[in-house]
Amino acid sequence: MFANFDFDVIQRSWVYLFATGMTFTLKLTLMAMLGGTVLGTFLAMMRLSSNKLVAGFATTYVNIMRSVPLVLVIFWFYFLVPYLGAWVTGSNEPMQVGAFSSCLITFVMFEAAYYCEIMRSGIQSIPRGQIWAGYAMGMNYWQTMGHIVLPQAFRNMIPILFTQTIVLFQDVSLVYVLSITDFVGAASKVAQRDGRLVEMYSFVAVVYFIMCFGLSSLVKKLQQKVAIIR
Amino acid sequence: MNYNWNWNIFWEAAPDGGGSYFDSLISGLLWTLATAALAWIIALVLGSIVGTIRTGPNKWAARIGNAYVELFRNIPLLVQMFLWYFVMPELMPTEIGNWLKSMPNAPFITAVLSLGFFTSARVAVQVSTGINALPRGQRMAGTALGLSLPQTYRYVLLPMAFRIIIPSLTNEVAAIIKNSSVALTIGLMELTASARSMQEFSFQVFEAFTAATLIYLAVSVIAIVAANLLEKFLAVPGFITSGSAKSGGQ
Repeated sequence: MFANFDFDVIQRSWVYLFATGMTFTLKLTLMAMLGGTVLGTFLAMMRLSSNKLVAGFATTYVNIMRSVPLVLVIFWFYFLVPYLGAWVTGSNEPMQVGAFSSCLITFVMFEAAYYCEIMRSGIQSIPRGQIWAGYAMGMNYWQTMGHIVLPQAFRNMIPILFTQTIVLFQDVSLVYVLSITDFVGAASKVAQRDGRLVEMYSFVAVVYFIMCFGLSSLVKKLQQKVAIIR
Repeated sequence: MNYNWNWNIFWEAAPDGGGSYFDSLISGLLWTLATAALAWIIALVLGSIVGTIRTGPNKWAARIGNAYVELFRNIPLLVQMFLWYFVMPELMPTEIGNWLKSMPNAPFITAVLSLGFFTSARVAVQVSTGINALPRGQRMAGTALGLSLPQTYRYVLLPMAFRIIIPSLTNEVAAIIKNSSVALTIGLMELTASARSMQEFSFQVFEAFTAATLIYLAVSVIAIVAANLLEKFLAVPGFITSGSAKSGGQ
């Protein structure tokens, strides 16, 4: 079965796969996680706002993002961002946006919708009394949020935030549709150049499996560690 | 912004010869729905079996179930599609491999299998969660009534567990419809692929993607409404399952 397999192709290309491909994937994952969490937290606070207009805007945004497939969102932003850039800078030509920035904007905007829902349930898991206690101590809205509610909400949600980040790490592979050299993109370029699809795609699957399985086992350990005893 | 809007583009003939661009979007939608529906059947059947096994008394069977879930959860869907499409035929005996590669609807069949197995792992997790969420007493009550273990599952645990997990299963239905768009990478002309090809031929980027987005939104609204109806229809009287206190009567 493995007679006509050529595993040398992996040995020949692994530096390229990891130095170019995996670096792109990891950089995009981490930056999208940070950006998505920040934007998602703001969206969550907007969704819980008493101002109907603000809450409605955030709810609509989240619902639209969550009912459209990621592949379509990637296409949207790939074409939309240059026009938006031109509109913001007032130029007549669509702005040149690099592959990385374009993907980063896409994933921050997309993942923010998912992180928003996580943070919303995190915020809602904090008893109301704590907010009143904050006000009673003379804090304003932002102080109550920043000092009392959000730190606890984050702590409660850390395992789910990381689990979502593993999903994000896997989702980044979809930038393949823009022919970008992420980990899958790099592997598929080598695969097509050398005619070694079977070896390369199997290798990609094994690498993803080891990384994601390792990370999700860590998250499980973390989950037991950060659990607040009630 | 120098962009020429042209909303009449949908009624112009598409170069693929299958009628107007509108027709090709509708055909894309049908492929999306067909892929999702068939994959969902695989996912539900396999997922229920694996999910049930994971909660059973047999340690080794449960371990195999866990391994199954981890395997399909920790590899990106895109890579799984490539494995089914490019790698699987090569691992088969030569004749079967060639037969697989020469099938007329290879991308469709691959997408259904790949999505079905991928989603089955997620369904399995929910089925086991649902069974584990039931009070221990229900299992004991089954034993006390003289039911065998399979009977306890068949008549007591599974009917309750499935009703509990209906909301999360609904999410999976929505997810499987969205995930079917990944199949464009192996050449299935589903909805996103149709919009993409419309954009490539007509250069009307925003019209094409707006139409696809609206269709996806409509599908998801219909799915949510149908799910709520199903949930109400299947609610166990006297139980608050999904947190919807509406059916409680108070």
